[in-house]
Amino acid sequence: MVKKILQLLVNGEAVNTAQISAILGAPEADVEAALAELQADKVLLGWRPILHPKVNGGDRVQALIEVKIMPEREGGFNKIAERIARFDQVVTCYLMSGGYDLMVVVTGRNLLEIATFVSEKLSTIDRVQSTATRFMLRCYKESGFLIETQPDEMERPAVSP
Amino acid sequence: MSGIKNRFVAEHVRGLPRSGIRDFFALVQQMPQAISLGIGEPDFVTPWNIREAAIYSLERGRTSYTDNLGLLALRRTVAEYVEKTFGMSYHGDKEVLIGIGVSEVLDTAMRATLNPGDKVLYHQPCYVSYSPSIQLAGAKPLPVKVHEEHNFALQVEDLEAAWEPGTKALVLNFPTNPTGGVMSREETEKVAKFCIEKDLLVYSDDIYAELTYEGRHVSIASLPGMQERTIFLHGLSKAWAMTGFRIGYACAPQPIIEAMMKVHQYSIMSVSIFTQEAAVEALKRSDDSVARMRDSYHRRRDFLVRRFNEMGLTCHLPRATFYTFPSIACTGMDETSFCQQLLKEEEVAVVPGTAFGHSGAGFVRASFSTSFDKLQIAADRMERFVDRYRK
Repeated sequence: MVKKILQLLVNGEAVNTAQISAILGAPEADVEAALAELQADKVLLGWRPILHPKVNGGDRVQALIEVKIMPEREGGFNKIAERIARFDQVVTCYLMSGGYDLMVVVTGRNLLEIATFVSEKLSTIDRVQSTATRFMLRCYKESGFLIETQPDEMERPAVSP
Repeated sequence: MSGIKNRFVAEHVRGLPRSGIRDFFALVQQMPQAISLGIGEPDFVTPWNIREAAIYSLERGRTSYTDNLGLLALRRTVAEYVEKTFGMSYHGDKEVLIGIGVSEVLDTAMRATLNPGDKVLYHQPCYVSYSPSIQLAGAKPLPVKVHEEHNFALQVEDLEAAWEPGTKALVLNFPTNPTGGVMSREETEKVAKFCIEKDLLVYSDDIYAELTYEGRHVSIASLPGMQERTIFLHGLSKAWAMTGFRIGYACAPQPIIEAMMKVHQYSIMSVSIFTQEAAVEALKRSDDSVARMRDSYHRRRDFLVRRFNEMGLTCHLPRATFYTFPSIACTGMDETSFCQQLLKEEEVAVVPGTAFGHSGAGFVRASFSTSFDKLQIAADRMERFVDRYRK
């Protein structure tokens, strides 16, 4: 059941325990218990809705920051990456292959706020060698959801053989 | 005036009944707010990579006719796919024909192989075109009833009872629209043995094979001695959600495909090239999309069948397709009254079982090819309706 619950959540097919319970034909209490277990095991990290950027980022700015760092003898990239990831402004933090080391997604109320974070917090960390900040201009797809200006309309017959 | 017009209509066409689906469609159209479980096509849009392949084809100016048999690249892809999926080996260059959906390739197959007066067995309830296609080819349809107690699988004893001298062929459609019935390997083997004994040609419509939820679909064409006497019919409408692309295909021994090509070339010429190119993409690179859609249908099926049985509409578990076929016996109503009253009182559309042949009496077809939210509302309304009329 745990696998099926995760599948429903990831696909966005169910948003509450009552729906999961109806789809799977399992008592709500069992679904609640399975969800609690998933959270305790840190498989399910949290619940957050995916909002349209108009709502989510209408008055916010996001930037993707490429960070080059000098790894440490003990701990490699992990210590610094974890330190950066702890900032509230950081939404996502990945260790990358290629021309830079960390890809950090940062959110702020305006350009200045992000610029301040980069210049005063991120760049000043020992072993951060350089940063390159790329501001996001427009969102076309968010977490698997297409951001469409006009919804597709499908003309399907109501009854067909 | 209508008498004059009618005079010009061919007698064999005048005698064909209108599809019961059409009449019901007209009724439902008057109620656009109704929740329809009467839909016989996927509720998914064709996966993007397939749509994009069609666009790419048009961008490159691919707008010509193709070979009458179909685009060679698609025929070879079909041959590879059929071998990988069903275990039959066909030569893509000469044993595959691409047509406009399974309905067209079935019609072409029948016109290419039946003589006037031949008799053709087909199981019922079934897809609406089988009996008319047999009649349009000048042959006589011999319906064989399939039963709920056998989960709507065809039993060889029933075939034997329906067989008559002069029977040339058998139409098989497993998994079945409208029942969702499937055939086990053992049941299919018995039917295959019967076909060999009676020297029958088989038109095997396997369009729902990829939407099998339990077990693995075995095509009759894959059984020993059957490929040579089977026209394997398949298409991309259902599992790939490509109904509007109109792509179907037939695989058969070369003399049969050659005969079908003659009929096809004079009536159709060829299928549009860009939909054929999209079909290549579908068969080569869409397994994940097909699996995702199947998983979604699977969950909805479990929900709807459970709700029907809980409310007293006995419903066997359809092991494939996106159709349920519950019995409405507990209401004491006939299937047409049930559907009309349900539509009028609760604004839910399901299709009378008799739209799929008289053997569908006492049943309705409810498709789960609609969103889960709507299924939930429809199930609640149907429960209320059944409670009101329960005998």
